[in-house]
Amino acid sequence: MATQQTRLLARAAVAPSVLMLFIWMIVPLVMTIWFSFHRYDLQNLDTYDWSGWENYYYFLTDPAFIQALIVTLTLVASVLVITVVGGVLLALLMDQPFFGQGIVRLMVLAPFFVMPTVSALVWKNLFMNPDSGLFTWISQSLHLPVVIWFTNYPLLSIILIVAWQWLPFATLILLTAIQSLDEEQKEAAQLDGAKPLSYFFYIVLPHLSRAITVVVLIETIFLLNTFAEIKVTTNGGPSTSNLPYLVYLTQQASDIGGASAGALIAVVLANIVAMFLVRLIGKNLEA
Amino acid sequence: MARAVSTRRKILVTAAAWLAGLIVFFPILWMVITSFKTEGDASAMPPVFLFFHWTTENYAEILERSNYFLAAWNSVFLSIGSTLLGLVFAVPAAWAMAFAPGRKTKDLLLWMLSTKMMPAIGALMPIFLLFNYLGLLDNRWGVLIVMFLLNLPIVVWMLYTYFKEIPGEILEAARMDGASLWREIIYVLAPMAVPGIASTLLLNTILAWNEAFWTINLTTFDAAPLTQFIAGYSAREGLFWATLSAASTLAILPIVVLGWFSQKQLVRGLTFGAVK
Repeated sequence: MATQQTRLLARAAVAPSVLMLFIWMIVPLVMTIWFSFHRYDLQNLDTYDWSGWENYYYFLTDPAFIQALIVTLTLVASVLVITVVGGVLLALLMDQPFFGQGIVRLMVLAPFFVMPTVSALVWKNLFMNPDSGLFTWISQSLHLPVVIWFTNYPLLSIILIVAWQWLPFATLILLTAIQSLDEEQKEAAQLDGAKPLSYFFYIVLPHLSRAITVVVLIETIFLLNTFAEIKVTTNGGPSTSNLPYLVYLTQQASDIGGASAGALIAVVLANIVAMFLVRLIGKNLEA
Repeated sequence: MARAVSTRRKILVTAAAWLAGLIVFFPILWMVITSFKTEGDASAMPPVFLFFHWTTENYAEILERSNYFLAAWNSVFLSIGSTLLGLVFAVPAAWAMAFAPGRKTKDLLLWMLSTKMMPAIGALMPIFLLFNYLGLLDNRWGVLIVMFLLNLPIVVWMLYTYFKEIPGEILEAARMDGASLWREIIYVLAPMAVPGIASTLLLNTILAWNEAFWTINLTTFDAAPLTQFIAGYSAREGLFWATLSAASTLAILPIVVLGWFSQKQLVRGLTFGAVK
Protein backbone atom coordinates (compact mmCIF):
# COMPACT_ATOMS: atom_id res chain seq x y z
CA MET A 1 0.00 0.00 0.00
CA ALA A 2 1.37 3.31 -0.99
CA THR A 3 1.57 5.69 1.90
CA GLN A 4 1.07 9.42 1.68
CA GLN A 5 4.82 9.87 1.86
CA THR A 6 5.57 7.42 -0.95
CA ARG A 7 2.98 9.05 -3.13
CA LEU A 8 4.51 12.47 -2.70
CA LEU A 9 7.95 11.08 -3.34
CA ALA A 10 6.70 9.31 -6.48
CA ARG A 11 5.28 12.55 -7.79
CA ALA A 12 8.54 14.35 -7.13
CA ALA A 13 10.39 11.58 -8.97
CA VAL A 14 8.21 11.77 -12.07
CA ALA A 15 7.83 15.54 -12.23
CA PRO A 16 11.24 16.57 -13.65
CA SER A 17 11.00 14.20 -16.65
CA VAL A 18 7.42 15.16 -17.38
CA LEU A 19 8.14 18.84 -17.05
CA MET A 20 11.10 18.72 -19.39
CA LEU A 21 9.33 16.66 -22.01
CA PHE A 22 6.39 18.99 -21.79
CA ILE A 23 8.59 22.02 -22.44
CA TRP A 24 10.43 20.18 -25.22
CA MET A 25 7.11 19.44 -26.87
CA ILE A 26 5.06 22.56 -26.25
CA VAL A 27 7.59 25.36 -26.83
CA PRO A 28 8.65 24.34 -30.37
CA LEU A 29 5.07 23.45 -31.23
CA VAL A 30 3.67 26.81 -30.17
CA MET A 31 6.52 28.61 -31.93
CA THR A 32 5.97 26.60 -35.12
CA ILE A 33 2.25 27.37 -35.04
CA TRP A 34 3.03 31.05 -34.46
CA PHE A 35 5.54 31.19 -37.35
CA SER A 36 3.16 29.37 -39.65
CA PHE A 37 0.77 32.31 -39.49
CA HIS A 38 3.46 34.86 -40.27
CA ARG A 39 5.31 36.03 -43.29
CA TYR A 40 8.76 35.25 -41.94
CA ASP A 41 11.62 35.37 -44.41
CA LEU A 42 15.11 35.31 -42.92
CA GLN A 43 16.48 37.10 -45.99
CA ASN A 44 13.92 39.83 -45.80
CA LEU A 45 12.89 40.47 -42.22
CA ASP A 46 11.19 43.78 -43.08
CA THR A 47 8.23 41.85 -44.46
CA TYR A 48 7.64 40.08 -41.12
CA ASP A 49 3.92 40.30 -40.58
CA TRP A 50 0.79 38.35 -39.72
CA SER A 51 -0.27 36.45 -42.79
CA GLY A 52 -3.25 34.34 -41.76
CA TRP A 53 -3.58 31.07 -43.66
CA GLU A 54 -1.42 32.27 -46.53
CA ASN A 55 1.52 29.97 -45.76
CA TYR A 56 -0.74 26.94 -45.60
CA TYR A 57 -2.42 27.96 -48.81
CA TYR A 58 0.89 28.31 -50.67
CA PHE A 59 2.38 25.14 -49.23
CA LEU A 60 -0.67 23.02 -49.98
CA THR A 61 -1.19 24.35 -53.51
CA ASP A 62 2.48 24.06 -54.46
CA PRO A 63 2.88 21.15 -56.93
CA ALA A 64 5.99 20.22 -54.91
CA PHE A 65 3.70 19.39 -51.98
CA ILE A 66 1.69 16.78 -53.90
CA GLN A 67 4.94 15.43 -55.26
CA ALA A 68 6.42 15.22 -51.76
CA LEU A 69 3.30 13.57 -50.43
CA ILE A 70 3.47 10.93 -53.15
CA VAL A 71 7.19 10.38 -52.46
CA THR A 72 6.50 10.08 -48.73
CA LEU A 73 3.74 7.52 -49.18
CA THR A 74 5.61 5.57 -51.87
CA LEU A 75 8.71 5.39 -49.71
CA VAL A 76 6.82 4.27 -46.61
CA ALA A 77 4.62 1.75 -48.44
CA SER A 78 7.43 0.19 -50.51
CA VAL A 79 9.79 -0.18 -47.60
CA LEU A 80 7.00 -1.67 -45.48
CA VAL A 81 6.13 -4.24 -48.13
CA ILE A 82 9.78 -5.21 -48.71
CA THR A 83 10.69 -5.44 -45.04
CA VAL A 84 7.54 -7.22 -43.85
CA VAL A 85 7.45 -9.80 -46.65
CA GLY A 86 11.24 -10.23 -46.58
CA GLY A 87 11.20 -10.24 -42.79
CA VAL A 88 8.57 -13.00 -42.58
CA LEU A 89 10.47 -15.15 -45.08
CA LEU A 90 13.82 -14.59 -43.36
CA ALA A 91 12.33 -15.21 -39.94
CA LEU A 92 10.71 -18.46 -41.10
CA LEU A 93 14.03 -19.56 -42.57
CA MET A 94 15.98 -18.68 -39.48
CA ASP A 95 13.50 -20.41 -37.21
CA GLN A 96 14.48 -23.76 -38.78
CA PRO A 97 17.34 -25.65 -37.20
CA PHE A 98 20.56 -25.21 -39.19
CA PHE A 99 24.30 -24.99 -38.70
CA GLY A 100 25.72 -21.66 -37.62
CA GLN A 101 22.44 -20.10 -36.50
CA GLY A 102 24.18 -17.63 -34.20
CA ILE A 103 26.47 -16.26 -36.88
CA VAL A 104 23.75 -15.93 -39.53
CA ARG A 105 21.58 -14.11 -37.01
CA LEU A 106 24.37 -11.61 -36.38
CA MET A 107 24.90 -11.09 -40.11
CA VAL A 108 21.21 -10.43 -40.74
CA LEU A 109 21.00 -8.09 -37.76
CA ALA A 110 24.06 -5.98 -38.62
CA PRO A 111 22.58 -3.44 -41.10
CA PHE A 112 20.27 -2.12 -38.40
CA PHE A 113 23.26 -0.72 -36.52
CA VAL A 114 24.81 1.05 -39.48
CA MET A 115 24.33 4.81 -39.30
CA PRO A 116 22.10 6.13 -42.11
CA THR A 117 24.78 8.35 -43.64
CA VAL A 118 27.17 5.41 -43.92
CA SER A 119 24.71 3.02 -45.52
CA ALA A 120 23.47 5.65 -47.98
CA LEU A 121 26.98 6.62 -49.13
CA VAL A 122 28.26 3.04 -49.31
CA TRP A 123 25.28 1.96 -51.41
CA LYS A 124 25.41 5.05 -53.59
CA ASN A 125 29.11 4.77 -54.36
CA LEU A 126 30.27 1.19 -54.00
CA PHE A 127 27.15 -0.41 -55.45
CA MET A 128 25.05 2.00 -57.49
CA ASN A 129 27.77 4.07 -59.12
CA PRO A 130 27.21 3.77 -62.90
CA ASP A 131 30.94 3.66 -63.79
CA SER A 132 32.46 1.28 -61.32
CA GLY A 133 29.79 0.24 -58.84
CA LEU A 134 29.34 -3.45 -58.15
CA PHE A 135 25.84 -3.51 -59.65
CA THR A 136 27.22 -2.17 -62.93
CA TRP A 137 29.77 -4.98 -62.99
CA ILE A 138 27.06 -7.56 -62.27
CA SER A 139 24.87 -6.22 -65.10
CA GLN A 140 27.80 -6.20 -67.51
CA SER A 141 28.83 -9.72 -66.55
CA LEU A 142 25.33 -10.97 -67.22
CA HIS A 143 25.16 -8.92 -70.44
CA LEU A 144 22.24 -6.94 -69.14
CA PRO A 145 21.77 -3.22 -69.68
CA VAL A 146 23.50 -1.12 -67.04
CA VAL A 147 21.10 0.62 -64.65
CA ILE A 148 22.00 4.24 -63.88
CA TRP A 149 20.45 4.08 -60.44
CA PHE A 150 20.39 7.59 -59.09
CA THR A 151 19.78 9.22 -62.46
CA ASN A 152 17.00 7.00 -63.73
CA TYR A 153 15.49 5.55 -60.57
CA PRO A 154 16.42 7.93 -57.75
CA LEU A 155 13.45 7.08 -55.52
CA LEU A 156 13.80 3.33 -56.06
CA SER A 157 17.48 3.61 -55.11
CA ILE A 158 16.60 5.34 -51.84
CA ILE A 159 13.84 2.79 -51.17
CA LEU A 160 16.33 -0.07 -51.57
CA ILE A 161 18.82 1.54 -49.18
CA VAL A 162 16.20 2.28 -46.54
CA ALA A 163 14.65 -1.19 -46.90
CA TRP A 164 18.06 -2.77 -46.36
CA GLN A 165 18.40 -0.87 -43.10
CA TRP A 166 14.97 -1.87 -41.81
CA LEU A 167 14.87 -5.48 -42.94
CA PRO A 168 16.82 -6.65 -39.85
CA PHE A 169 14.37 -4.88 -37.55
CA ALA A 170 11.36 -6.64 -39.10
CA THR A 171 13.17 -9.97 -39.18
CA LEU A 172 14.21 -9.77 -35.54
CA ILE A 173 10.76 -8.85 -34.23
CA LEU A 174 9.02 -11.47 -36.39
CA LEU A 175 11.55 -14.15 -35.47
CA THR A 176 10.94 -13.46 -31.79
CA ALA A 177 7.21 -13.76 -32.40
CA ILE A 178 7.56 -17.02 -34.35
CA GLN A 179 9.67 -18.49 -31.60
CA SER A 180 6.95 -17.76 -29.07
CA LEU A 181 4.57 -19.96 -31.06
CA ASP A 182 3.26 -22.67 -28.82
CA GLU A 183 5.17 -25.95 -29.25
CA GLU A 184 2.04 -27.95 -28.57
CA GLN A 185 0.19 -26.13 -31.29
CA LYS A 186 3.02 -26.90 -33.70
CA GLU A 187 2.93 -30.57 -32.83
CA ALA A 188 -0.84 -30.75 -33.03
CA ALA A 189 -0.70 -29.27 -36.51
CA GLN A 190 1.96 -31.77 -37.50
CA LEU A 191 0.02 -34.70 -36.13
CA ASP A 192 -3.04 -33.57 -38.04
CA GLY A 193 -0.87 -33.64 -41.12
CA ALA A 194 -1.10 -29.96 -41.92
CA LYS A 195 0.64 -29.09 -45.18
CA PRO A 196 3.39 -26.46 -44.88
CA LEU A 197 1.35 -23.84 -46.72
CA SER A 198 -1.82 -24.29 -44.71
CA TYR A 199 0.29 -24.50 -41.56
CA PHE A 200 1.74 -21.11 -42.48
CA PHE A 201 -1.54 -19.44 -43.40
CA TYR A 202 -3.71 -20.87 -40.64
CA ILE A 203 -1.31 -21.03 -37.72
CA VAL A 204 1.84 -18.96 -38.21
CA LEU A 205 0.40 -15.90 -39.94
CA PRO A 206 -2.48 -15.33 -37.47
CA HIS A 207 0.02 -15.72 -34.65
CA LEU A 208 2.25 -13.11 -36.31
CA SER A 209 -0.49 -10.58 -36.95
CA ARG A 210 0.19 -8.63 -33.78
CA ALA A 211 3.95 -8.53 -34.34
CA ILE A 212 3.40 -7.43 -37.95
CA THR A 213 1.14 -4.62 -36.76
CA VAL A 214 3.83 -3.46 -34.35
CA VAL A 215 6.50 -3.60 -37.06
CA VAL A 216 4.31 -1.68 -39.50
CA LEU A 217 3.45 1.05 -37.01
CA ILE A 218 6.96 1.56 -35.64
CA GLU A 219 8.55 1.50 -39.08
CA THR A 220 5.95 3.92 -40.42
CA ILE A 221 6.77 6.45 -37.72
CA PHE A 222 10.46 6.29 -38.55
CA LEU A 223 10.01 6.06 -42.32
CA LEU A 224 7.74 9.11 -42.42
CA ASN A 225 10.79 11.00 -41.13
CA THR A 226 13.40 9.63 -43.55
CA PHE A 227 15.96 12.39 -43.90
CA ALA A 228 19.67 11.55 -43.85
CA GLU A 229 19.46 9.03 -46.71
CA ILE A 230 17.89 11.67 -48.95
CA LYS A 231 20.27 14.37 -47.79
CA VAL A 232 23.48 12.54 -48.67
CA THR A 233 22.33 10.88 -51.89
CA THR A 234 20.11 13.18 -53.95
CA ASN A 235 19.76 16.19 -51.65
CA GLY A 236 16.10 16.15 -52.58
CA GLY A 237 16.93 16.28 -56.30
CA PRO A 238 14.89 14.70 -59.08
CA SER A 239 11.62 14.00 -57.29
CA THR A 240 13.00 12.40 -54.13
CA SER A 241 11.92 15.00 -51.56
CA ASN A 242 9.55 13.55 -49.03
CA LEU A 243 7.45 15.82 -46.84
CA PRO A 244 10.08 16.46 -44.13
CA TYR A 245 12.68 17.07 -46.80
CA LEU A 246 10.48 19.57 -48.60
CA VAL A 247 10.03 21.38 -45.29
CA TYR A 248 13.78 21.28 -44.79
CA LEU A 249 14.40 22.73 -48.26
CA THR A 250 11.82 25.45 -47.62
CA GLN A 251 13.62 26.32 -44.40
CA GLN A 252 16.96 26.34 -46.23
CA ALA A 253 15.41 28.87 -48.59
CA SER A 254 14.84 31.09 -45.51
CA ASP A 255 11.06 30.83 -45.69
CA ILE A 256 10.41 30.07 -42.02
CA GLY A 257 6.69 30.77 -42.27
CA GLY A 258 6.15 28.38 -45.17
CA ALA A 259 8.36 25.73 -43.63
CA SER A 260 6.43 25.96 -40.36
CA ALA A 261 3.13 25.45 -42.12
CA GLY A 262 4.60 22.44 -43.92
CA ALA A 263 6.02 21.07 -40.69
CA LEU A 264 2.62 21.19 -39.03
CA ILE A 265 1.09 19.32 -41.95
CA ALA A 266 3.77 16.65 -41.48
CA VAL A 267 3.02 16.54 -37.75
CA VAL A 268 -0.69 15.95 -38.37
CA LEU A 269 0.10 13.16 -40.84
CA ALA A 270 2.46 11.43 -38.40
CA ASN A 271 0.04 11.79 -35.50
CA ILE A 272 -2.60 9.77 -37.30
CA VAL A 273 -0.20 6.82 -37.38
CA ALA A 274 1.07 7.48 -33.88
CA MET A 275 -2.46 7.33 -32.50
CA PHE A 276 -2.90 3.76 -33.68
CA LEU A 277 0.45 2.67 -32.25
CA VAL A 278 -0.12 4.33 -28.90
CA ARG A 279 -3.51 2.66 -28.65
CA LEU A 280 -2.01 -0.74 -29.44
CA ILE A 281 0.74 -0.36 -26.86
CA GLY A 282 -1.73 1.02 -24.36
CA LYS A 283 -3.86 -2.11 -24.66
CA ASN A 284 -0.76 -4.11 -23.92
CA LEU A 285 -0.16 -2.15 -20.73
CA GLU A 286 -3.41 -3.43 -19.23
CA ALA A 287 -2.64 -7.05 -20.02
CA MET B 1 11.13 -30.45 -29.13
CA ALA B 2 9.88 -33.55 -30.79
CA ARG B 3 10.49 -32.45 -34.33
CA ALA B 4 12.58 -34.97 -36.16
CA VAL B 5 14.79 -33.19 -38.65
CA SER B 6 16.43 -35.07 -41.43
CA THR B 7 20.07 -34.26 -42.06
CA ARG B 8 19.35 -33.59 -45.70
CA ARG B 9 16.79 -30.97 -44.83
CA LYS B 10 19.10 -29.40 -42.30
CA ILE B 11 21.87 -29.07 -44.87
CA LEU B 12 19.48 -27.47 -47.36
CA VAL B 13 18.23 -25.01 -44.75
CA THR B 14 21.81 -24.26 -43.74
CA ALA B 15 22.73 -23.42 -47.32
CA ALA B 16 19.68 -21.21 -47.81
CA ALA B 17 20.10 -19.41 -44.50
CA TRP B 18 23.80 -18.72 -45.05
CA LEU B 19 23.12 -17.45 -48.55
CA ALA B 20 20.42 -15.10 -47.25
CA GLY B 21 22.63 -13.98 -44.36
CA LEU B 22 25.58 -13.29 -46.64
CA ILE B 23 23.48 -11.29 -49.08
CA VAL B 24 22.11 -9.09 -46.30
CA PHE B 25 25.55 -8.70 -44.75
CA PHE B 26 27.43 -8.26 -48.03
CA PRO B 27 27.33 -4.43 -48.26
CA ILE B 28 29.07 -4.22 -44.89
CA LEU B 29 31.59 -6.89 -45.85
CA TRP B 30 32.28 -5.16 -49.15
CA MET B 31 32.78 -1.85 -47.36
CA VAL B 32 35.30 -3.43 -44.97
CA ILE B 33 37.18 -5.08 -47.86
CA THR B 34 37.21 -1.81 -49.81
CA SER B 35 38.67 -0.02 -46.81
CA PHE B 36 41.86 -2.07 -47.26
CA LYS B 37 42.27 -1.21 -50.94
CA THR B 38 44.18 1.57 -52.63
CA GLU B 39 41.90 4.20 -54.16
CA GLY B 40 42.74 2.81 -57.58
CA ASP B 41 41.71 -0.72 -56.64
CA ALA B 42 38.60 0.53 -54.85
CA SER B 43 37.01 1.74 -58.07
CA ALA B 44 38.68 -0.77 -60.40
CA MET B 45 36.52 -2.25 -63.16
CA PRO B 46 36.09 -5.22 -63.06
CA PRO B 47 36.21 -5.07 -59.28
CA VAL B 48 38.94 -6.89 -57.39
CA PHE B 49 37.58 -9.15 -54.66
CA LEU B 50 40.34 -10.62 -52.56
CA PHE B 51 43.49 -10.67 -54.63
CA PHE B 52 44.70 -7.11 -54.48
CA HIS B 53 47.36 -5.23 -52.63
CA TRP B 54 45.93 -5.07 -49.08
CA THR B 55 46.88 -1.84 -47.39
CA THR B 56 46.08 -0.02 -44.19
CA GLU B 57 47.04 3.36 -45.63
CA ASN B 58 43.41 4.56 -45.59
CA TYR B 59 43.16 3.93 -41.88
CA ALA B 60 46.48 5.70 -41.34
CA GLU B 61 45.20 8.64 -43.37
CA ILE B 62 41.91 8.82 -41.46
CA LEU B 63 43.57 8.52 -38.08
CA GLU B 64 46.09 11.22 -38.93
CA ARG B 65 43.32 13.69 -39.50
CA SER B 66 42.40 15.50 -36.33
CA ASN B 67 38.83 16.08 -37.50
CA TYR B 68 38.18 12.35 -37.43
CA PHE B 69 39.14 12.19 -33.77
CA LEU B 70 37.04 15.21 -33.01
CA ALA B 71 34.03 13.59 -34.70
CA ALA B 72 34.60 10.26 -32.93
CA TRP B 73 34.90 12.02 -29.60
CA ASN B 74 31.73 14.00 -30.30
CA SER B 75 29.89 10.76 -31.10
CA VAL B 76 31.02 9.21 -27.83
CA PHE B 77 30.23 12.35 -25.88
CA LEU B 78 26.78 12.83 -27.40
CA SER B 79 25.59 9.24 -27.38
CA ILE B 80 26.84 8.19 -23.95
CA GLY B 81 26.37 11.64 -22.39
CA SER B 82 22.78 12.03 -23.53
CA THR B 83 21.90 8.52 -22.34
CA LEU B 84 23.52 9.00 -18.92
CA LEU B 85 21.75 12.30 -18.48
CA GLY B 86 18.55 10.55 -19.51
CA LEU B 87 19.10 7.86 -16.86
CA VAL B 88 19.55 10.48 -14.14
CA PHE B 89 16.06 11.75 -14.86
CA ALA B 90 14.42 8.51 -15.94
CA VAL B 91 15.47 6.15 -13.14
CA PRO B 92 13.48 7.96 -10.43
CA ALA B 93 10.55 8.52 -12.81
CA ALA B 94 10.39 4.90 -14.00
CA TRP B 95 10.88 3.64 -10.45
CA ALA B 96 7.94 5.70 -9.22
CA MET B 97 5.73 4.70 -12.13
CA ALA B 98 6.47 1.01 -11.67
CA PHE B 99 6.21 0.78 -7.88
CA ALA B 100 3.83 3.56 -6.91
CA PRO B 101 1.54 3.85 -9.91
CA GLY B 102 -1.26 6.35 -9.68
CA ARG B 103 -4.43 6.67 -11.71
CA LYS B 104 -2.68 8.76 -14.31
CA THR B 105 0.50 6.70 -14.70
CA LYS B 106 -0.60 4.84 -17.80
CA ASP B 107 -1.73 8.01 -19.57
CA LEU B 108 1.50 9.70 -18.63
CA LEU B 109 3.57 6.87 -20.07
CA LEU B 110 1.64 6.89 -23.32
CA TRP B 111 1.88 10.65 -23.53
CA MET B 112 5.66 10.43 -23.13
CA LEU B 113 5.81 7.90 -25.92
CA SER B 114 3.68 10.08 -28.17
CA THR B 115 6.15 13.00 -27.85
CA LYS B 116 8.71 10.68 -29.40
CA MET B 117 6.46 10.20 -32.40
CA MET B 118 6.30 13.86 -33.30
CA PRO B 119 8.24 14.34 -36.52
CA ALA B 120 11.51 16.06 -35.73
CA ILE B 121 10.94 18.43 -38.62
CA GLY B 122 8.09 20.01 -36.61
CA ALA B 123 10.58 21.29 -34.06
CA LEU B 124 13.42 22.15 -36.41
CA MET B 125 12.67 25.80 -37.11
CA PRO B 126 12.15 26.87 -33.48
CA ILE B 127 15.14 24.90 -32.20
CA PHE B 128 17.34 26.15 -35.02
CA LEU B 129 16.36 29.77 -34.43
CA LEU B 130 16.63 29.44 -30.64
CA PHE B 131 20.05 27.83 -30.92
CA ASN B 132 21.13 30.49 -33.37
CA TYR B 133 19.96 33.19 -30.96
CA LEU B 134 21.63 31.55 -27.95
CA GLY B 135 24.82 30.78 -29.86
CA LEU B 136 24.30 27.05 -29.36
CA LEU B 137 24.60 26.00 -33.00
CA ASP B 138 27.48 23.60 -33.48
CA ASN B 139 27.83 23.52 -29.71
CA ARG B 140 28.36 20.13 -28.11
CA TRP B 141 26.28 20.91 -25.02
CA GLY B 142 23.40 22.24 -27.07
CA VAL B 143 23.21 19.07 -29.15
CA LEU B 144 23.60 17.00 -25.98
CA ILE B 145 20.44 18.57 -24.53
CA VAL B 146 18.47 17.86 -27.70
CA MET B 147 19.64 14.23 -27.83
CA PHE B 148 18.83 13.83 -24.15
CA LEU B 149 15.26 15.04 -24.67
CA LEU B 150 14.94 12.93 -27.78
CA ASN B 151 15.88 9.78 -25.90
CA LEU B 152 14.20 10.49 -22.58
CA PRO B 153 10.81 8.91 -23.43
CA ILE B 154 12.45 5.69 -24.61
CA VAL B 155 14.73 5.56 -21.59
CA VAL B 156 11.76 5.99 -19.23
CA TRP B 157 9.78 3.35 -21.11
CA MET B 158 12.50 0.76 -21.23
CA LEU B 159 13.30 1.19 -17.55
CA TYR B 160 9.62 1.03 -16.72
CA THR B 161 9.18 -2.32 -18.49
CA TYR B 162 12.21 -3.70 -16.65
CA PHE B 163 11.25 -2.32 -13.23
CA LYS B 164 7.71 -3.60 -13.67
CA GLU B 165 9.07 -7.13 -13.67
CA ILE B 166 10.70 -6.80 -10.28
CA PRO B 167 8.22 -8.50 -7.92
CA GLY B 168 6.61 -6.05 -5.53
CA GLU B 169 6.40 -8.70 -2.80
CA ILE B 170 10.14 -8.52 -2.31
CA LEU B 171 9.83 -4.85 -1.52
CA GLU B 172 7.03 -5.55 0.90
CA ALA B 173 9.08 -8.23 2.58
CA ALA B 174 11.95 -5.79 2.97
CA ARG B 175 9.57 -3.22 4.36
CA MET B 176 8.17 -5.73 6.84
CA ASP B 177 11.69 -6.38 8.03
CA GLY B 178 11.85 -2.71 8.84
CA ALA B 179 14.02 -1.55 5.95
CA SER B 180 13.85 2.17 5.34
CA LEU B 181 13.03 3.51 1.90
CA TRP B 182 16.65 4.23 1.09
CA ARG B 183 17.87 0.86 2.32
CA GLU B 184 15.11 -0.72 0.27
CA ILE B 185 16.37 1.08 -2.82
CA ILE B 186 20.05 0.40 -2.27
CA TYR B 187 19.98 -3.21 -1.07
CA VAL B 188 16.87 -4.67 -2.63
CA LEU B 189 15.92 -2.70 -5.67
CA ALA B 190 19.30 -1.69 -7.08
CA PRO B 191 20.78 -5.17 -7.56
CA MET B 192 17.66 -6.26 -9.42
CA ALA B 193 17.44 -3.08 -11.44
CA VAL B 194 21.04 -2.99 -12.64
CA PRO B 195 20.63 -5.41 -15.58
CA GLY B 196 17.66 -3.41 -16.90
CA ILE B 197 19.53 -0.14 -16.50
CA ALA B 198 22.52 -1.60 -18.32
CA SER B 199 20.43 -2.75 -21.29
CA THR B 200 18.71 0.62 -21.42
CA LEU B 201 22.09 2.36 -21.46
CA LEU B 202 23.33 0.07 -24.21
CA LEU B 203 20.34 0.34 -26.51
CA ASN B 204 19.96 4.08 -26.17
CA THR B 205 23.64 4.68 -26.75
CA ILE B 206 23.29 2.76 -30.01
CA LEU B 207 20.22 4.75 -31.06
CA ALA B 208 21.87 8.05 -30.17
CA TRP B 209 25.09 7.10 -31.98
CA ASN B 210 23.16 6.70 -35.23
CA GLU B 211 20.83 9.69 -34.84
CA ALA B 212 21.26 11.71 -38.01
CA PHE B 213 18.55 14.35 -38.24
CA TRP B 214 19.48 16.68 -35.43
CA THR B 215 23.21 16.05 -35.64
CA ILE B 216 23.23 17.00 -39.31
CA ASN B 217 21.06 20.06 -38.79
CA LEU B 218 22.60 21.46 -35.63
CA THR B 219 26.30 20.80 -36.16
CA THR B 220 28.87 21.75 -38.74
CA PHE B 221 32.34 21.05 -37.38
CA ASP B 222 33.10 21.61 -33.70
CA ALA B 223 30.22 19.53 -32.39
CA ALA B 224 29.85 17.29 -35.45
CA PRO B 225 29.69 13.57 -34.61
CA LEU B 226 30.52 10.76 -37.04
CA THR B 227 27.10 10.88 -38.75
CA GLN B 228 27.87 14.41 -39.91
CA PHE B 229 31.55 13.63 -40.57
CA ILE B 230 30.56 10.84 -42.98
CA ALA B 231 27.86 13.00 -44.56
CA GLY B 232 30.70 15.35 -45.53
CA TYR B 233 31.83 12.73 -48.04
CA SER B 234 28.66 13.19 -50.08
CA ALA B 235 30.02 16.40 -51.54
CA ARG B 236 33.51 15.10 -52.24
CA GLU B 237 34.89 14.86 -55.73
CA GLY B 238 37.43 12.42 -57.09
CA LEU B 239 38.64 9.13 -55.71
CA PHE B 240 37.54 8.66 -52.16
CA TRP B 241 35.86 5.26 -51.88
CA ALA B 242 38.65 3.60 -49.97
CA THR B 243 38.92 6.42 -47.42
CA LEU B 244 35.13 6.63 -47.21
CA SER B 245 35.06 2.88 -46.49
CA ALA B 246 37.77 3.13 -43.87
CA ALA B 247 36.07 6.05 -42.13
CA SER B 248 32.72 4.25 -42.30
CA THR B 249 34.17 1.03 -40.91
CA LEU B 250 35.64 2.91 -37.97
CA ALA B 251 32.34 4.73 -37.45
CA ILE B 252 30.11 1.65 -37.35
CA LEU B 253 32.41 -1.00 -35.87
CA PRO B 254 31.97 -0.21 -32.18
CA ILE B 255 28.21 0.13 -32.53
CA VAL B 256 27.67 -3.04 -34.58
CA VAL B 257 29.63 -4.98 -31.97
CA LEU B 258 27.63 -3.41 -29.14
CA GLY B 259 24.46 -4.09 -31.09
CA TRP B 260 25.30 -7.76 -31.39
CA PHE B 261 25.67 -7.96 -27.63
CA SER B 262 22.34 -6.24 -27.13
CA GLN B 263 20.27 -8.43 -29.47
CA LYS B 264 18.42 -10.13 -26.60
CA GLN B 265 17.19 -6.82 -25.18
CA LEU B 266 16.59 -5.30 -28.57
CA VAL B 267 13.11 -6.63 -29.27
CA ARG B 268 11.35 -5.58 -26.11
CA GLY B 269 13.28 -2.32 -26.04
CA LEU B 270 12.30 -1.37 -29.56
CA THR B 271 8.67 -2.45 -29.33
CA PHE B 272 8.04 -0.96 -25.88
CA GLY B 273 7.15 -4.38 -24.56
CA ALA B 274 4.51 -5.04 -27.22
CA VAL B 275 6.45 -8.06 -28.56
CA LYS B 276 8.23 -10.35 -26.16
